[in-house]
Amino acid sequence: MLQKSTLAVALAAATCLGGGANAADLVINFDDLNPGPKQGFDDAVALFQKENPDINVIVNNNDREAHKTAIRNFLTADAPDVTSWYPGNRMAPFVDAGLFEPVTDLWEEEGFGEHLAAIKPTMTRDGEIWGVPYSYYQWGIYYRKDIFDLLELEEPQTWDELLSACGKMKENGVTPFTIGTKFLWPAAGVFDYINLRTNGYETHMALTAGEVKYTDEPIRETFANFETLINECGFVENHASMSWQDAIAPFSNGDAAMYVMGNFAVDAFLNSGLDVSQLDFFPFPTIDPDVPAAEEAPTDAFFIPANAKNKEDARKFLAFVARPDVQTQWNKTMGQLPINSQADVSDDKFIQEGFAMLNKAQGLAQFFDRDAPAEMAKAGMEGFQRFMTDTSTLEEVLQRLDEVQAQVY
Amino acid sequence: MDVKATEHSWLLRNKLKIAPWVFLIPALAFFAVYVIEPIFESIWLSFYEWNGLYRADGTSTAVWVGVDNYIKLWDDPKFWTSLKNNLLWLLLFMLAVPIGLMIALFLNQTVSGMRIYKSLFFFPFVISQVVVGLIFGWFYNPDFGVVGSVWKALFCEETINIVGNVSFRCSSPPPDILSSPEFATYGIIAAGLWPQIAYCMILYLTGLNNVAADQIEAGRLDGAKGWRMLWFVVLPQLRPATFIAVVVTVIGALRSFDMIAIMTQGGPFGSTNVLAYYMYETAISEYGERYGYGSAIATVLFLIMLIYISYFLWRMYQDEKGGR
Repeated sequence: MLQKSTLAVALAAATCLGGGANAADLVINFDDLNPGPKQGFDDAVALFQKENPDINVIVNNNDREAHKTAIRNFLTADAPDVTSWYPGNRMAPFVDAGLFEPVTDLWEEEGFGEHLAAIKPTMTRDGEIWGVPYSYYQWGIYYRKDIFDLLELEEPQTWDELLSACGKMKENGVTPFTIGTKFLWPAAGVFDYINLRTNGYETHMALTAGEVKYTDEPIRETFANFETLINECGFVENHASMSWQDAIAPFSNGDAAMYVMGNFAVDAFLNSGLDVSQLDFFPFPTIDPDVPAAEEAPTDAFFIPANAKNKEDARKFLAFVARPDVQTQWNKTMGQLPINSQADVSDDKFIQEGFAMLNKAQGLAQFFDRDAPAEMAKAGMEGFQRFMTDTSTLEEVLQRLDEVQAQVY
Repeated sequence: MDVKATEHSWLLRNKLKIAPWVFLIPALAFFAVYVIEPIFESIWLSFYEWNGLYRADGTSTAVWVGVDNYIKLWDDPKFWTSLKNNLLWLLLFMLAVPIGLMIALFLNQTVSGMRIYKSLFFFPFVISQVVVGLIFGWFYNPDFGVVGSVWKALFCEETINIVGNVSFRCSSPPPDILSSPEFATYGIIAAGLWPQIAYCMILYLTGLNNVAADQIEAGRLDGAKGWRMLWFVVLPQLRPATFIAVVVTVIGALRSFDMIAIMTQGGPFGSTNVLAYYMYETAISEYGERYGYGSAIATVLFLIMLIYISYFLWRMYQDEKGGR
């Protein structure tokens, strides 16, 4: 799991330089072995190494799921100097246990407050800022442009336009939405968006923070709209037995026309045999025009563990990661969006549209399962899945979620 | 000098008593460290609320909550669903014993090539549970599985969809066994029975080898045949095999973890959870990290197993006594 070659080279270098080199070792734990993200990270580290020849960078790159388990041990047992992790509620347990180092001073020194402004609220907890983000990606509706063209449909801007477009698709034997809820989280994407459009960013944050009940009127309204979407648009049958990748099959076969997903899915769409010209993207339509648009944009960031040995160089690396030129290059390689507003985006059409959409957003939600605590997230997503399979269970689902909420917070 | 001599002679005098303990020590030590001690540790942990994290200085973040976790457990509908499913597993898994016996009786013939048939029947037990789960998951899949294909052939017509690809329109949608809260558990149990039947079958086949031919002969002379022969002559001789078959089946039912993890992850919405999987989900999985609560579930599961294991050990002890 360790990148043995890198480690070996680094170790060899360390031995050559002798005992004094120890002080300048910088250990970074990263969590993505997929080709694009790995390349982006490796390039950035190489550049950092070139700019700081006195620092000896040691990289441990681990699989994402394995990293989620490992971080719980290595933060206390064998802390690296920098680790990748996620903001929002995902960082909360570590912040509360005092395992991360606040970097508020770094933000002030480097003036991040201005260029990374959109993400500042999610990086903040207990009045301190805890990390530096390097990348995020948009969520929205990906659709089959060729099917829309055949049916002479425009990208819907409003809820009513979406519902009437769905009507037309169903008349022509096309299921409007595909989704795979076996692993639950795709259902949360749909719920989050309906909630963001019905009630807005503040309600989303209040709900995931446990300040609004599921049986309260605003959330009931969200579920009412969810029911409208299920009845008038509809999702593919058997979604509960499909993963998000399985659900691409009806989409690429032309049986379903739309998919509420994150931008990482584009690669999978293309791999399923679709052509870029058959695909397009539009933001989730407005439901209430008085609610300013907020979007889902899960963010990846770097943190300094409290037990890090080389915090000085760790801060250097975090400052480096936030630089516009670094973020531009990195995100071009991995096909995501830079967070620094000074950075450029690649000319990929999905990235361009996502960038425009996120720059207009009033707030950026992290995603239901990153904003809500783990137990609540699990219960919530199971509730959404259950509601999607049988809308008559609404009352039971809401009661159960209120019970869990009362226990969790 | 004198002391040493007595020590020496004590060792010599008792070497028959000491030798077994010397050989047992490694096993006992490991058993204590890896089995006994964790049992008490997790019982202890079940009185805490803990997210599994230590502070930077290495102290635990656990908070003592007394029996709170058990009170929560009592009010937790998912716990009762899991317990109910555990019972369902125990009951239905027992089918493996009579079915295994039937197949064993059927295969207990002298036909040429019988060994090949026997090993084919035994085959599912050799496959890992994970693979069995995967295979059955595909088997049940309403889109490309056997169930889906048969359904499509019966109730669906092939159409060309809007972009010109082949699609199916069905008079009623194909059954989606693994995502229906009513049937998913039965679907998984059926998958679990497949290798378990093979296991029981092999136990009975070896048992049948030892059935005394003279007793069968005597029974036949007395006019017993068919069911009466099976019930009064063969089955009593198969008692040891039946006992082991029941024991391994109960254990198999209680540790039904891998199939659930592979086929449904406890879903849809927790309806296929069993205690073992629910414990894993609350304690170790991504959305869990509640070690205290998970330990409480583990403790309940442990108590259930304890009752069963005590009975099992008591039976073994009785049999041993009878055997001597």
